Formats: sequence, C-alpha cells, structure tokens
Amino acid sequence: MTDLIANLYVFMMAAFVGFEVIRRVSPLLHTPLMSLTNALDAIAVVGAIILAGEHKSGLSTALGTIAIVASTSNLVGGFLITDRMLRMFKTSRSKKPERPERQG
Amino acid sequence: MTPPIADRAIQIIYLISTALFILSLKWMSAPSSARRGVRAGEAGMLLAICATLLHRGIVDYSWIAIALVLGSMIGVPLGRVQMTAVPQRTALSHAFGALCVALVGTAEYYLRAPHVPAFMMGVLSMEVILGSLTFTGSLMAAGKLQELLPQRPITYKGQNIVNLSLLAVAVGLAVYLVTDPGHTRLFPLMIAIPLVFGVLMIIPIGGADMPTVISLLNSYAGLSAAAMGFVLDSKLLIIAGALDGSSGFILSVIMSKAMNRSFTNVLFGAFGQVQVAAAGAQDTRTVRSATAEEAATILAASNTVVVVPGYGMAVAQAQHKVRELYDALTKRGVDVRFAIHPVAGRMPGHMNVLLAEADIPYDKLLDMDAINPEFTQTDVALIIGANDVTNPAARTDPGSPIYGMPILDVDKAKTVMVIKRGMSPGFAGIDNPLYYLDKTLMLFGDAKAFVGEIVRQVAREAHG
Repeated sequence: MTDLIANLYVFMMAAFVGFEVIRRVSPLLHTPLMSLTNALDAIAVVGAIILAGEHKSGLSTALGTIAIVASTSNLVGGFLITDRMLRMFKTSRSKKPERPERQG
Repeated sequence: MTPPIADRAIQIIYLISTALFILSLKWMSAPSSARRGVRAGEAGMLLAICATLLHRGIVDYSWIAIALVLGSMIGVPLGRVQMTAVPQRTALSHAFGALCVALVGTAEYYLRAPHVPAFMMGVLSMEVILGSLTFTGSLMAAGKLQELLPQRPITYKGQNIVNLSLLAVAVGLAVYLVTDPGHTRLFPLMIAIPLVFGVLMIIPIGGADMPTVISLLNSYAGLSAAAMGFVLDSKLLIIAGALDGSSGFILSVIMSKAMNRSFTNVLFGAFGQVQVAAAGAQDTRTVRSATAEEAATILAASNTVVVVPGYGMAVAQAQHKVRELYDALTKRGVDVRFAIHPVAGRMPGHMNVLLAEADIPYDKLLDMDAINPEFTQTDVALIIGANDVTNPAARTDPGSPIYGMPILDVDKAKTVMVIKRGMSPGFAGIDNPLYYLDKTLMLFGDAKAFVGEIVRQVAREAHG
C-alpha cells in the first residue's frame, strides 16, 4: 500500500513537471511536440517486453508480442518524423541550406 | 530482503531514462534546442529497452526479437509520411499506443485474476477502458483525416444519451469487477463497450474540431499509459504517461480556447447545424473579385504583406507555391510574414510544419497574439484556404455560433485578399461578412494554381 501512495506522489509530481515544461513549448513546435510525446509514450514497450518474455501463459505472450509491435512502431516512427520535422525549421538569418530530400 | 544487484542497476538506468525524457521535453521548447531533445529522448528510450532486456524474469527472447523487428518495419514508413499526412499519422500512433496499453492490461488481468486487490483492479480497469476507447477513437479520427470516412459530423437524435450510457455501463462493470475481480467473463465486455464508445464518440466530430480531438486523444493515451505504470509498479511508465497526458491536456486546452469552446462542447455538441441564420440578406450583398494580375500589382506595390494560411492551403498542396510567392515578394523588398491561428489545419502546429517544409523561415511564422496588433500597419492580408479563423463576426455578432472565438484581425489590414474556390461557406457553414467588405478582393480559383499565377505576374512586373 505504501508503494501505491508513493506512486501517486510520483504521478502528481510528473504531471506538474509536464505542465510547467510543456507550457513553455512554442506554438511553432506543437506538431513535433505531439509526435515526440507519442514516441516517449511508447516506453510502454518495457511492460510489453517483460510480458512477452516471461512466458507465463499463451495469452500473455501473444498479447505482449502484439503490444511490442504496436509500441515499437510508434517509437521508431515517432522519433523519425519528429527529427524530420525539426530539420525543416530554419531561420531567415541562417544561410539558406539545401532543401531537405523529398521522401516517398 | 534486498534485490540482487542487477535489479538495482535496472532501476538506476530507468531513473536516468526518466531524467532524459524530462530533458527531452524541456529542450523541445525552442527550435534551436529541439533536435537535442529528440536525441535525449532516443537515448533514454534505448537505455530503458536495453535495461528491460536484462530483466531476470525473461526466459525467452525469440518473440521479443521478432516483435521488435516487425514493429521497426512498420515504424519506418510511418516516420516517412508526407507532411500533409502528419495529422492522420499522429492519430494512428495514438491508436497504436493505446492498443499496446489495452493489450498489456488485458494480459495482466488474466494472469492475476481472481486475486486482484481493489486498487489494482481499479487502475487496471481505467487502463483498459481508456486504452480501448482511445484505440478505436483514434482509428476513427485517422480514418476521417485520411478521408476514408466522411469528414462531416454525423449526428442523430439521442446520440449523447446513447454514448454516455455506454460509458456509464463500462464504468459500472469496472466498479463491479473491483468489488469482485473473479468474474473473468465480464472482462471482455469491459473491453468491448469502450471499443464501441470510441467509434461513437468520433462519429459526430467534424474536421474543424480535429485539433482539439487529437490533443484530447493524446491526453487519454498518456493517462492510460500512466495507469499501466500503476499496474506494473513502474515509475518510469507513470512519469512518461503523466508527461504525455499533461502535454495532450495542455494542447487541448489551448485548442478549445482558440475556438472559444469547452471540451464538453467539442465532444458533445456537433458544430455546423446550429445556425443558418443570415441566409436571407446574402443575395443583396456584393463582393469584389480580382484577377491574378491585379492581385500581383497590389502585392508588388505594398510594403507589408501578411499571409494567413488555413487547411485549404494544405488540401490544395499550395505551400510550395506560397513559398515561391514569398521569395518573389521578398526579392522586391516586401516584408512578408505569416499569421498562424492555433486551430488552423487539422492538428496543433500543422501549418507551421507545412510552411517549414516549404522552406519558409520559422521566424516569419507568427502566432495569433504576436501578429494581431500588426494588422493595422499591414498593406495586404492574403488569406489562403482559411475561413472561420478570419471571420469578424466572431468579434461583432453575438448571434454567430463562433461569437467570442479569438480570430486573426485581418479586416484591420488596408486590403484583404481571399483565395477561395467559390462563395460557398466554410466547413462549419458559417457566413463570413469579411468577404463583403469594400476593402476585400475575392480571388476565385484553386489555391495552388492561383498563387502560381500571381507568382508569374509578379515576376513579369519585375521585368516590365
């Protein structure tokens, strides 16, 4: 039970820290912010890895494996696209660099 | 009983990952440090995954390896989508995140039942309910954004009552399972109902409300991950989930403020059908239209131009033509800037990313509060594919459904130009008095083609 209370404290503090940190993010970067938090949210993969690796039941291994696929695709895709977007943001003061390579 | 040294090491690595995650978001605050933020996030993630692989309980790595490879193979194309497709990609990744959480929650329940302590069952239910409704809700949102599903809100009588009672049943089931977790047969029902609720929740939501809805789904995805952290007793997950949850929450607050609407109104009060008020007077009013040549002459002769892009620019894929116009006018000494309304486009910050992709410097992109005082000294406000965010009725007409919504004060510029396909009202079906002002010139045509034509005319002026 003490663990639970400690975890609630952790949650509360993290929510406040998140609030203060994210409030300062420029509206310019709201799209990359969302894709970055999406990628960070994929940390749920650690729970899925343990679930799939422990082999406690057929069901838990199967669900854990699918969960790893879902969160890994978020993690890889999220970091990739965030970085791609941020590379596009340039100021007019900096020398005009070459255009980013077109994808697709 | 002290845990073995390996477990301690894992916990320490998780602690470092957590710190890196917080730094990652902190560095995200400005474009100059943002890429460092991505590096920090990646490092934290890599550390956490490696540490997890050392976990003593893991007896078999084969499925883990297959899943990691498969996930990466899906992730890479998702990281390479076109910038115009970013809103649907984001919705899709909310769905994947929520799916992961719901699946892990389900597995944990069946591993532990029937001996689940009351609090544990409570957070587990929250994890599964939030995860399931976010999963289908986000898939629906992605479908609407990709235009696989109709973008118009679909409403029917008693919709809200149906939706809310479904949610109430799901919560009721959760409460029942908390008192008696042994009813394993009820658990699938507690997944199925939120899955249906997620679909029904998004059906009445129109495209213009997507920025708020995507942010809200982001917040739910974060909260469900935090609930998963409670279930697994993982502080790393609790913190990551709380950060994601508060990020989504802040964005939804910003979005709904920018539309002067409450969350409940966005979720339960489908827009659009509220009014068809000023239809009668419409016929007597006249608009002035102009050709690309006339527009080019005025633009080239002005000192300051503010471009107001909206979702229509994205639909017409006109951002690269807009950049050519920016170059042509800048070369002639015109000061060109961009006014970005918080809800322009289909997700927070959507316009900024599209314009940055077209190589427009970000210091020329100004948000609403920064640009609004500048309109009185602006020669031309050029509106491309935006409508409601420029509607002066929001300031002046208490009868308008968007009354009170903060708008870009384009009507204070000396000349207003509006590139628009025709006189049909915008997405929400709200009449825009801006179009009937004496200072307004309507430029009828496809945004991409019309801007391209203006660019050609500006170039011709330079030579002639």
